Amino acid sequence: MTEPIVTTDRLTKRYGDHTAVAAVSLTVRRGEIYGFLGPNGAGKTTTLRMLVGLIRPDAGSARVLGGRPGDPRVLRRVGALIEGPGFYPYLSGRDNLRVLARYRGLSDADVDRALAQVDLNKRGRDRFRSYSLGMKQRLGVAAALLGEPDLLILDEPTNGLDPAGMADMRELVRRLADAGQTVLLSSHLLGEVQQICDRVGVISRGELIAESTVAELQGGSSLLVRAEPPDRAARVIESTLGGAAVSKATDGALTVATEPDRHPGIVRALVQAGVDVHELRPVERSLEEVFFEMTAEEGAAA
Amino acid sequence: MIASLRAELLRLGKWPASWVIIGVWLLLNLFFGYVLDYLGYRDAVANGDAGQAAALLSQLSLTGVPSAVVAGLPMFGGALLLTLAALATGSGYGWNTWKTVFTQGPSRLTALGGTLLALAGLLVVTVVLTWVVDLAASAIVLTIESQPLVWPSFQAVAEGAGAALLIAGMWTVAGALVGILARGPAMAVGLGLVWALVVESLLRGVSGLLGPFEPVTDYLPGTAAGSLAGAVGAASVEEAGGAPGVLTILSGSASVAVLAGYIVAFAGLAAVLIARRDA
Repeated sequence: MTEPIVTTDRLTKRYGDHTAVAAVSLTVRRGEIYGFLGPNGAGKTTTLRMLVGLIRPDAGSARVLGGRPGDPRVLRRVGALIEGPGFYPYLSGRDNLRVLARYRGLSDADVDRALAQVDLNKRGRDRFRSYSLGMKQRLGVAAALLGEPDLLILDEPTNGLDPAGMADMRELVRRLADAGQTVLLSSHLLGEVQQICDRVGVISRGELIAESTVAELQGGSSLLVRAEPPDRAARVIESTLGGAAVSKATDGALTVATEPDRHPGIVRALVQAGVDVHELRPVERSLEEVFFEMTAEEGAAA
Repeated sequence: MIASLRAELLRLGKWPASWVIIGVWLLLNLFFGYVLDYLGYRDAVANGDAGQAAALLSQLSLTGVPSAVVAGLPMFGGALLLTLAALATGSGYGWNTWKTVFTQGPSRLTALGGTLLALAGLLVVTVVLTWVVDLAASAIVLTIESQPLVWPSFQAVAEGAGAALLIAGMWTVAGALVGILARGPAMAVGLGLVWALVVESLLRGVSGLLGPFEPVTDYLPGTAAGSLAGAVGAASVEEAGGAPGVLTILSGSASVAVLAGYIVAFAGLAAVLIARRDA
């Protein structure tokens, strides 16, 4: 899972005076689910559009599956859903996919397989214009799945889906990754990214401000301790862990930066020291908290 | 290119707009080319106007079919085909389908080539259907009037078919270009129709005021299309019973050269725009 399949080097796109994407350098590795996170207007879609050759960068470069973005030989190995589904409204969902399949030299059997993967085979003969937003989105994903591409680029794939549809989509993405496909998906739904992505890149105001695993992004875990007396509890913990970082809140709660395997030892030490323990629980920052911290810092720095 | 052509034939063939526009053209061609002339012929016969009746019967004859097929193409037929092509390319921006197609693997030029070839296929179907309708209408009129069925010569058929394809082809590629230029169907259709139906006629009307640029109006797309129709026998707008848009400004060979030039230029410009612009 270490071979880079998408790399960008200081990729930049400007529209007049506005820099939509500023020197973004990211790496997506084979077989992983890479989450591309950022608020609306951060530059996610612009970056993805450059990766499939819909727009050209003003500076920097990108390699996708070892080739140039937009190269027909590369695009045949990429499935993409960018900026929502674009289909002919007068054609059925199935006929829309048949048109795209013909472009790829694929058969109607490939179309039916893709429709089945997104659970649209029963409505495949209905006109696209009669589809709900969620069905349109699923058809867009089906189009991306045509030909079983090596790399899937999905821009906000759960847009318009209800909670059950979102869960189905997460399961589908996970299944595709398990089958060896690499998935690069953009989203502003942090819970979704946290649940399915192996690594994430966070983009804010056009700049990639972080790229790591979800766990790394969340930082080390910590432990919240409410005990009486708190000062004594703090000393016991520091003594037990050998100078661990213990911070005390105004309400007397202690936050201890430590790994989960040290938690039982802390409990034992506190009890043996005669400290009354009222509450003790691991604290894990959600990706959402991390994301808001990072984008807020970025906003303040700008 | 074959894959793109197959894809575009599927989507254009299933597009109701394609068949509505082709159907409208066939109805207009039948009405103005045969129904009105036949009513005029019956009127002339009833009034004892033998000269007028003979002239109209000549237009309604099978030998008149080649000129009847091309007579409506320089203006109304051309405008309809321009509309069809402008919708075909322009709506790809409105529906975001160009973007979807471009991410499927064909190069942009291959995708555009598929669209243009599929449109060419539709215009061949249109021209063939026009011939079939006109031949049938003529044969029915001649049978009703107990006139002999004298078929047009092979040369006349070949010239008429070639002229029809060239005129229709020029307007079709022009429509495709306007759709791409405007990045949408509405403005493309509007601008295309205003140019085809109004602007060219106005420019020709005021050509005397253009000084050294006056000859330019002789080489406008509609002028060349109308001149080719006139060169293969369609009655010009200045003659009695002539069709709007049919002209006698350029010779047949000059018209062919100018139309071919426009087809190449319009297709080339469309290719450059599709290939170089962000999608």
